[in-house]
Amino acid sequence: MDVGIVSYGAYVPRYRITPEEIGKVWGENGKAMGKGLFIEQKSVPAPDEDVVTISVAAARAMMARTDVDPREIGALYVGSESHPYAVKPTSTIVAEAIEATPDLTAADMEFACKAGTAGIQVCMGLVGSGMIEYGVAIGADTSQGAPGDALEYSASAGGAAYLIGKKNIIAKINRTISYTTDTPDFWRREGQDYPSHGGRFTGEPAYFRHITNATQRLLADAGTKPGDYDYAVFHQPNGKFPTRVAAMMGFTEAQITKGLMTPYIGNTYSGAVPIGLASVLDIAKPGDRILVVSYGSGAGSDAFDITVTDRIRKYKREAAPTVEKIVSNVKYVDYATYAKFKGKIKMEE
Amino acid sequence: MSSTAREWREIPGRYNLKGSKCPECGKVFFPKRSMCPLCRRASIGKMIEYKVERKGTVYTYSVVYDVPEANKRMKPYVVGMIRTDDDILLTAQIVDVDPENVEIGMRVQAVLRKIDDDGPSGVIHYGFKFAPCE
Ligand SMILES: [Zn+2]
Repeated sequence: MDVGIVSYGAYVPRYRITPEEIGKVWGENGKAMGKGLFIEQKSVPAPDEDVVTISVAAARAMMARTDVDPREIGALYVGSESHPYAVKPTSTIVAEAIEATPDLTAADMEFACKAGTAGIQVCMGLVGSGMIEYGVAIGADTSQGAPGDALEYSASAGGAAYLIGKKNIIAKINRTISYTTDTPDFWRREGQDYPSHGGRFTGEPAYFRHITNATQRLLADAGTKPGDYDYAVFHQPNGKFPTRVAAMMGFTEAQITKGLMTPYIGNTYSGAVPIGLASVLDIAKPGDRILVVSYGSGAGSDAFDITVTDRIRKYKREAAPTVEKIVSNVKYVDYATYAKFKGKIKMEE
Repeated sequence: MSSTAREWREIPGRYNLKGSKCPECGKVFFPKRSMCPLCRRASIGKMIEYKVERKGTVYTYSVVYDVPEANKRMKPYVVGMIRTDDDILLTAQIVDVDPENVEIGMRVQAVLRKIDDDGPSGVIHYGFKFAPCE
């Protein structure tokens, strides 16, 4: 039986900061930096927002668009590298907030930026095997870049939630494959506030190698070529990498534009590909074919071949705001406010 | 009862606005009560769960400058009384809008946000606040 997406929802905090504003503080040409990364601005969470609240907002948007009873959800996974607790799951809080408790399994996932798509794969397996009726996979992050580090220009906050099931699917997941190796391109040790990265090492052997391998293997399995897809969503740590990787493999700008949100919201890490796909589903028509390829440092890529079904015509998309709507309601903050919001200023306890 | 245990019992109310309704007189209570103060004995053990509507309008509000330690990073912020669409009055912070743009009668909806925490090694408390409707 077909397994696919029954519903989805996205959320991005409303505050934004520009690369120019960040560069001013560090004596860098932020504007040029933003141009190089294809990032116009990035989202900043309010002081009372974290991965729990972002995940709940996305999950509630997802539930608002469907009539599925939350008690029919048998599994819920939240993928993130910024879970608020080191020990104490985000997923239980989200499950409680959408009233899916207590008859379900829940866990937090971690795999740098691809923990959200890993959750989708797990849900597909559980649903496909008949163990559960519906599963929820969420990718969300409130990423931090060390002050003054290149990552500070892109690391942002946001997330999206997916309800995976067999009944009333709006998009069928035809197949998924992964490409995984041990590659130390980006890491954060326990107790460290900010991640470290291997500089130039993050490009060729990491992002590009995993995305192209996963994509080519998926296309070979599916017997498709880049031109068969109406949309393609690639992991987007900035705007530049996905644009380049798309061109390298023969995908056009028209195919990637709708799913490329990083230029407007920054790098939402585990939220990036899920939000990009949500943006595509916001306008997708029956029969549209979508290629989705995530990337997580460490390193691995999950690739998905998706076909939109007729059911999307009856889907209550309007019951929650579209990604376009979410990213249009913004308020710009200066660096001082941003630092205060993100807790970069230590305060007396 | 420890504060963590008390907070835990309040989760259905704080996350999903679950209150209680008296089956005798129909009055709704939020936070929930195990007994209706009007019907007393007749309501004991019979109070029914009642989910307060998540959407409403701003009934009145004020801008808070003298804030508790935990909310220092948000100062100044708005605390309002919200009349929900099922006519229940709730007091909560109003977020995602600048204080000068809050208006009486403005449409708002409940969102889940961090309320405070018990210090850097303590429990994080989540609960409802209100944000402008999309
Ligand atoms: Zn009564």
